[in-house]
Amino acid sequence: MSYFSEFTYLAASILFIFGLKALSHPDTARRGMNLAALGMLLAIIGTLVRHEIVRYDWIIAGLVIGSIIGAAMAIWMPMTAMPERTALSHAFGALAAALVGISEYYRHGAELGTFKMTAIGFEVMFGGITVTGSVMAFAKLRELVRGAPITYKGQNIFNISLFILTAAIFIYLVFVPAASVLFYMMVGLAFLFGVLLVLPIGAADMPVVMSLMNSYAGLASAATGFALSNNVLIIAGTLDGFSGFILSILMCRAMNRSINNVLFGAFGAETSAAVTQNDGVMRELSAEDVAVQMAYARQVVFVPGYGMATAQAQHAVRELADLLEARGVSVKYAIHPVAGRMPGHMNVLLAEANVPYSLLYELEQINPEFATTDVAVVIGANDVVNPDARDNPKSPIAGMPILDVDKAQSVVVLKRGKGKGFSGLENPLFFKPNAGLLYGDAKISLTALVQAVQQAD
Amino acid sequence: MSSEAFISALYVFALSAFLGYQVISRVPPLLHTPLMSATNAISAISLVGSLVTAGGNYNTVSTILGFIAVTAATINVVGGFMITDRMLKMFRKREPLQH
Repeated sequence: MSYFSEFTYLAASILFIFGLKALSHPDTARRGMNLAALGMLLAIIGTLVRHEIVRYDWIIAGLVIGSIIGAAMAIWMPMTAMPERTALSHAFGALAAALVGISEYYRHGAELGTFKMTAIGFEVMFGGITVTGSVMAFAKLRELVRGAPITYKGQNIFNISLFILTAAIFIYLVFVPAASVLFYMMVGLAFLFGVLLVLPIGAADMPVVMSLMNSYAGLASAATGFALSNNVLIIAGTLDGFSGFILSILMCRAMNRSINNVLFGAFGAETSAAVTQNDGVMRELSAEDVAVQMAYARQVVFVPGYGMATAQAQHAVRELADLLEARGVSVKYAIHPVAGRMPGHMNVLLAEANVPYSLLYELEQINPEFATTDVAVVIGANDVVNPDARDNPKSPIAGMPILDVDKAQSVVVLKRGKGKGFSGLENPLFFKPNAGLLYGDAKISLTALVQAVQQAD
Repeated sequence: MSSEAFISALYVFALSAFLGYQVISRVPPLLHTPLMSATNAISAISLVGSLVTAGGNYNTVSTILGFIAVTAATINVVGGFMITDRMLKMFRKREPLQH
C-alpha cells in the first residue's frame, strides 16, 4: 500500500515542477497550475489510504472547514487585498508546519536522532517566526499597527541576542533532545522573534518582508519533509523557499538596499538625512488642464503606485486609457518592481481592470521612453519616481532605480493632499517646472479626467 | 533517521534548490503575485504530514494539533490554487484595436 502513496508523491513532485515552469508565460500558466492542483489531489488521496491513518473524523472536519475558509477567501477578497491575503497564507502554511513539528517532538521527544531533531528544530523555528511575522505584516498592511517603523533603543542588540539565545538552545537540543522544557521555550522564542523582526520594518518595505515570509514558510515545509522523510515536501518546500528568496533579492535590488538594511535598518523612521531643499512651488492643475494635455498627446504613460490600490482607482485608469487610445494616443503603464506592497501587486490590479498585459512595461523597458512621452501620470506613487534617488547621493534612497518620469514633457501627479506620503520623504519631482499636481482622491480625479477628455473637441 | 537517509534527503534538497532557481527566474515580474500564491499553495503539501498527525490516533495533543494543521494547510491548498487561478484568468492579451 505504501508504494501507492510514494508514487502519488512522485507524481505530485513532477506535476508541481511542470506547474511552476508554466508560470513563465500568462498563456501557459493556468493549464500548468491545473496540473499542479491535480498533483496535490493525488498526493492527498495517496496519503488518506496510508495504513498509519486509523481515524478520519478530525481529518474530515479539518478538510471541510479549511476548504470553506480557503474558498471564501479566494472568491471574496478583492484584488487590492492580495498582500493581506498573501500574508495570511504564509501564516497558515507556517502554522501547519510548526504544529506538525511540535507534535512529532511531543510524540518522540528523547528518542529523536540528531538529524530528525535538527529537522524538527528548523521546522518549528522557521514556522514560528513566519506565523507571527506574517500576522504582524498583515496588521501593518491593514493599518491595525502603525505603518511607520516601530523602533526602540538597543533594538537590534536585543534582537540579535534573542537570536543567539534561540540558536544556542537549538544546538543544545540537537545533542540532548530530551530537554523538553527547552524545546517549548525555543518554540516560544521563535514566535516572539517573528513579531520583533517585523515590528521595525516600514510599510513601504513590505514587498521584501512578504517575499521573505514566503520563503520561510516554504523552508518550514521543507524541514517538515526532512523530519518525516518525505521527498515531495522537501521538493515543494524548497521550490517555495527559493522562490521567496529570489523575490526578496529582486525587491532589495529594486530598492538598492541590502537585505540587512531592510530588516535591521529601520528605514523611514524619523532620521535627519540630507534631503534636497525644495524651494519652489508645487503647481496645482485642474482636471481640464490635464485632460487637454492628454487628449492631444502622442504618448501617455501611467505610473501606478500603492495609492492607486488604496483608492481602488485601477478601473478608472483603464477607462481613461481606453478613451485616449480611441483618440489615437499611445498608452503605456510603467510598473516599478517595488510599487505597491508586494511583488507584482500593480500588475494584478491592472489585469483585474482588464488592462492587456502587453501594455505593462518594466523599468528597464520604459525608462528610455520617458523622453518621448508627452504626459506621465503618476497615480499614488512616490519613492519610485523620486529623482533624489538618482541625483542626490545623500538621500536615504540614493541609488535606488527609479522611473525617470521627470524626463517626460509634462508630469501630472495625482495626490490626495499636500502630505509627504507613506515614506515620509520630500519629493523634488513635485517642484519641477514640468510637473503639476492634481489633488484629490485618485478615483475621483480620474473619473473627472474621463469626463473632461470626452468633452475635448 | 540514518545518515544515508539524511544524505539522500540532502540530495533532493540541493537538486530542488537548483531546479527552483532555474524555473523561478523564468517567471516574469508580471506574474510575481500569482507566483507567490502558487508556491504557497504547493508548499501546503505539508497537509500530507498533517493528515497523518491528525489521523494516526497517537495521543490527544497530536490529534488536536494535527486537526489545526490540516485546517490551516487546507485553507492554503484550496484558497491558494483558487486565488492563483482567479488571478491568472485576468491576464489577457490585447485585442485587435478597432480604429
